[in-house]
Amino acid sequence: MPGRSRLGLGGSGTQAIVIAAVSTVVVFGVLGYIVVTSPGWASVQRSFFNERIFWESLPRIVPGFWVNIQLFLIAEVLILGVGLFLAVMRSLPGPVFFPVRLLATAYVDLFRALPGVLIIFMLGFGAPALQIPGVPSDRFFWAVVALTLLYSAYVSEVYRAGIESVHPSQDMAARSLGLSRWKSLRFVVVPQAVRRVIPPLLNDFIGLQKDTVLISFIGVVEIFRASQIRQAATFNFTPYLITALVFLMVTIPLARLVDRLVAREARRRAAGGLR
Amino acid sequence: MSGDRAALGQAEALRVEGLWKSFGSLQVLRGVDLTLAEHEVVAMIGASGSGKSTLLRCINLLEEIDAGRVVIEGEEITARGVDVDRIRRRIGIVFQAFNLFPHMSVLANVTLAPRQVLRLGRAEAEASAVALLERFGLADKKDEFPDRLSGGQQQRAAIVRALAMKPDILLLDEITSALDPELVAEVLDLIRELAGEGMTMLLATHEMGFARDVADRICFLDQGVILEQGPPEVILSSPSEPRTRQFLDRIIRAGRL
Repeated sequence: MPGRSRLGLGGSGTQAIVIAAVSTVVVFGVLGYIVVTSPGWASVQRSFFNERIFWESLPRIVPGFWVNIQLFLIAEVLILGVGLFLAVMRSLPGPVFFPVRLLATAYVDLFRALPGVLIIFMLGFGAPALQIPGVPSDRFFWAVVALTLLYSAYVSEVYRAGIESVHPSQDMAARSLGLSRWKSLRFVVVPQAVRRVIPPLLNDFIGLQKDTVLISFIGVVEIFRASQIRQAATFNFTPYLITALVFLMVTIPLARLVDRLVAREARRRAAGGLR
Repeated sequence: MSGDRAALGQAEALRVEGLWKSFGSLQVLRGVDLTLAEHEVVAMIGASGSGKSTLLRCINLLEEIDAGRVVIEGEEITARGVDVDRIRRRIGIVFQAFNLFPHMSVLANVTLAPRQVLRLGRAEAEASAVALLERFGLADKKDEFPDRLSGGQQQRAAIVRALAMKPDILLLDEITSALDPELVAEVLDLIRELAGEGMTMLLATHEMGFARDVADRICFLDQGVILEQGPPEVILSSPSEPRTRQFLDRIIRAGRL
């Protein structure tokens, strides 16, 4: 139809864009007006949006993010492995593997039930206090362990959903060729499962990225702890704004990437490409 | 021709004795007895739900059986402690829905089991896979993924995948039922060729013309038992059981015989 909007908004394309623009300006204009004209705006502006403190604090806070990145990268690799291992344990069929399934299920239930900050506290302070020879007392080490334990529980559920979404006829075909249960999982089921769950996995990693600040609770200086220190020194909250901006800059592109992957997967399925 | 082939091999390839199988309260197989000689081609016909597919899956041990025995070339495979994976190498099965692995190229589909199960090297597995694909007109598709192939090509690739394991027996589970009518012939021609080479085959089919053409013997399955069996010309033209006649009448009315 001529003049039909490609965005699917109805009406002509230009008309839709104009309406969207006007309503956006109005909504944000009203919100901004309410904030700026509020009685406490002047003091909020001083304590949260202080330009001088912003530029002074920036070089002292941002380097702390390197700790978060390291924590994130190391934990992510471990989580991908442990999560897959748990998912495979839970997917083993038959009565022989009942104890294995039970263990994996108990693990997943336990670590999904506990608040992350508690796990970090217990491991970060508790494990080194045991003073077992050979066990590292490094807080960063225990933060990696804690985040791995916590997130593998979630990630294993994502993997498991993927494994269950692979049609049983695929396993049947593999077994009929003489592949063992294990090899069928390894070469046929898991590769298909992983492909399907990449977008939800990335979603979990956005969460992990943010939860790296939990390490500050056991005294490791990273970006959030660095802003706390600056806040205490300046009696001003602007340093937190820096932390917020850094996370926004990293997380929003990742979120957009996830959206694109989800859309691509949906298109592929609609085209019948992947069963 | 079919008589010659049956005469070639007197050795027994497959024997099914008193096979029972139920899913919950539904009894699908109720005491099936069936014997195949080497190089024999046997077609099973019967209504949907008569137990054809289930029987094939029981022979391949893809379904656990409730009672009875399955003997392949003298070895009872339903005995306790038999290595199921070793048995399955000798029995190829081709499914109605192809069940190709969508994340692998055609070549990888065909070489997976030879490499992982028979432990062939990559070069060796690929060389014999390519030879098979060439023979069945799929050489130019070897690097394609299954979703780029037509239904007929997919099913031929699935047959090649089963043949790559050099099975002693091939089980075919309604392999043309999911195909568009114009693609059926290319798959059936392949099966005809295999029959001509003496491959032992047990197939479930709705293609009566094909069954008459290729099979040495036809079995009519009804309500979980083999009600009647014999040479195609006898079963398809003058069956002795009323239920067989009823079934064939319906097939004829549907224009499929």
